Amino acid sequence: MNINISLPDISARPAEKCVTKLKAENVNLYYGSFQCLRNVSLDIPSCSITAIIGPSGCGKSSLLRLFNRMNDLIPGVRVEGNVELDNIPIYGPGIDVVELRKRVGMVFQKPNPFPMSIFENVAYGPKRHGTKGRGELEEIVEKSLRQAALWDEVKDKLGQSGLALSGGQQQRLCIARVLAVEPEVILMDEPCSALDPVATLKIEDLMRSLTQDYTIIIVTHNMQQAARVSDTAAFMMMEPDRAGMLVEYGPTARIFTNPEDKRTEDYITGRFG
Amino acid sequence: MTTAAFNSRRITQRAAFTFLILAAVVTVTPVLFIIIYTVVKGGGALSWGFLSEFPSLAGKAGGILPAIVGTFYLMLGTLVFALPIGVLTGIYLTEYARDNWLTRIINLAIVNLAGVPSIVFGLFGLSVFVLAFHFGLSLLAASLTLACQALAMVITTSREALLAVPRELREGSLAIGVSKWQTVRHIVLPQALPGIITGAVLAISRAAGETAPILVVGAAFLLPALPQSPLDQFMALPYHLYTVSAHVPNMPEETIWGVALVLLIVVLSFDVLAAAIRIKTRQRK
Repeated sequence: MNINISLPDISARPAEKCVTKLKAENVNLYYGSFQCLRNVSLDIPSCSITAIIGPSGCGKSSLLRLFNRMNDLIPGVRVEGNVELDNIPIYGPGIDVVELRKRVGMVFQKPNPFPMSIFENVAYGPKRHGTKGRGELEEIVEKSLRQAALWDEVKDKLGQSGLALSGGQQQRLCIARVLAVEPEVILMDEPCSALDPVATLKIEDLMRSLTQDYTIIIVTHNMQQAARVSDTAAFMMMEPDRAGMLVEYGPTARIFTNPEDKRTEDYITGRFG
Repeated sequence: MTTAAFNSRRITQRAAFTFLILAAVVTVTPVLFIIIYTVVKGGGALSWGFLSEFPSLAGKAGGILPAIVGTFYLMLGTLVFALPIGVLTGIYLTEYARDNWLTRIINLAIVNLAGVPSIVFGLFGLSVFVLAFHFGLSLLAASLTLACQALAMVITTSREALLAVPRELREGSLAIGVSKWQTVRHIVLPQALPGIITGAVLAISRAAGETAPILVVGAAFLLPALPQSPLDQFMALPYHLYTVSAHVPNMPEETIWGVALVLLIVVLSFDVLAAAIRIKTRQRK
């Protein structure tokens, strides 16, 4: 096999920091009578980036949305199996979904800033969660925008509408909005698919810089992107009845250079999908 | 293509345009005619005294102040009752209600509510608000009656305005651990507000022109004073117009048209207000 993709240097990272942050065990997901995920099991390590790759319609986004229970919003959804965050079943009784989503934030495919000022966009989450002091909010906003590598571009126009920013800036604003509530996990559903290559690289750099403190899962259609940013990669495919299944899961370097499954190799080398 | 075929297509096209323009003109003509005719016939009656004095000689002389004030009170009362209930129902139906038999019955009821003849609302108001609730013939009973009628429109427009808020915005808020109600309150409602207000303004401008329902729940032809409390009877422009044109002999025609003109101005100015709100918010986006 002959692919030429540069891989992130993961040897430099302290392995002992990594624990299992999220865990899915034998998960089946149904929308009504349609089975969307079949028997998916994987452990997501903390403080790293996990990429979910695979052809369209194979259930990547549904798997992602399993971890913050965004699937719950769809009428007729049903989940079987076990999903855990820090060893606590998130579909178990007594789980506050709102609290869960505060810990597991999400960035969407299409940048979706709120129709309010840049400042208010970032301050929105903390405000709803009870932070009232103006000074405290200003601190959070600046810190989040700096983390999202957007501060220098917007510090003089925090009062302007978030919708006036470019697509890439909007997406970083959305990331800042998530960072402002200090989640532990950030789910990203094709965060760069609506962006140009320069903006895409900025978001990727940003993601790398966030791995110190956050566990990131990214769904992407872009093989190079998965190879560039992720530490671990999960390859998914559809079964004949269109249910999504996990084909292969492991360190990105190995998945991309030495896949165990023929289907993974075919997909990565561009023979289908 | 041959020239003949090309020409025939052009002729068809031109005929179709002409026909469409004609249809549009036919639609607009009655409205313009009514407005112009009312202004011509009633314009002479308009004066400061006509707007600011009490009527005398069974409305043949003096002004129509109490009818104007009564109509504004009615609009206010209708708004106070119909807006909160209508908006809350709209929120429930779009954001919370699942698709089950209860929701379907509610939806069916709303559709039918819009089709109920207004005099039936009047009789309903008479038996429920005037008699059963002991509000008597009053502004309160009339406002509640008109609110019932306006509800269907307020709910429908609220629901449309709420549904028009993109799902992405809701998800963006929910995805950072903001509760459903907070999302509705801080993201969805502010976005939908202009649409909701437009619908409410149109609904009350329609309520302002209603004659039949208020006829039986508290409108009076002539009263010596403005209403002092919601439990007082009141005068109103459409009812005043009905009475002076149908029941007062030797009524000067100009006065009748004067009343009609004032009513028309009140109703149309609210319609214009609704349009202005809509245009303003469209520009902001």
